[in-house]
Amino acid sequence: MSIQIKSRQEGDVTIVDVAGRITLGEGASTLRETIRGLVAKGQKKILLNLGEVSYIDSSGIGELVSAFTTVTNNGGTLKLLGLTKRVKDLLQITKLYTVFDIYDSEKSALGSFT
Amino acid sequence: MTEAAKSMNQEPEQEVVSVDTLLDSTLESVDLAEQMTMEAARQAGLSEDEQHEISMAVRETVVNAVVHGNRYSAHKKVHFRISTAPGRLTITVGDQGNGFDLSAVPDPLAEENLLHQSGRGLLLIRAFADDFSMRRRAEGGTEVRLVKQRKKHN
Repeated sequence: MSIQIKSRQEGDVTIVDVAGRITLGEGASTLRETIRGLVAKGQKKILLNLGEVSYIDSSGIGELVSAFTTVTNNGGTLKLLGLTKRVKDLLQITKLYTVFDIYDSEKSALGSFT
Repeated sequence: MTEAAKSMNQEPEQEVVSVDTLLDSTLESVDLAEQMTMEAARQAGLSEDEQHEISMAVRETVVNAVVHGNRYSAHKKVHFRISTAPGRLTITVGDQGNGFDLSAVPDPLAEENLLHQSGRGLLLIRAFADDFSMRRRAEGGTEVRLVKQRKKHN
């Protein structure tokens, strides 16, 4: 029902594996704290893996946008990996699909960070 | 008359009220309303995508009622109602807030608003419900009505 977040390091890229629901309340706030924590530690290259995310509501979308602007404003880059069809549809409806840099494979996502 | 013939000739099915309840103004109520909608949509024979779409529209509507309408007040309730007919769901969500002006909601698709953190709820409600309407309740507050219909190809 709720959210699980784990971070792992691949070279200088931090991959954040998110599973479950990013919704108003616990899901959205846990994601926010994770991203803020990484930024505070000076992480500049963050890959958000949403492959196991079952559900995102408008607050969750807001949290993705907020993660993107937080990382960018701190001189970093945040990219998205492994969107399910439903999450893709949501980003298209909200016109955010072109705002984010989105990848299907972890390898190509990692290779895209410079 | 066979069942198939009946369904071809009949008047629109009478709606049955499957849920009629007062919810507290909490985030738990949001999850509960979403779950009740999912179950009602499944029973009404909507497809999996349609179940997901209407439960998300309901989730966003109840979030608006709890957060913006009733402002989490312990003294205010959300009137939540689901009527079902085969292949169709009608949901009403009533709050006890001060109401709001739809035209005053900024367009979340405008270039300058794209990176705003909030303001996408109504967009998703309209995208995922087949019909959306809103009225001021006589007793005060706002009532939103959503309809979701099974598509023919299902």
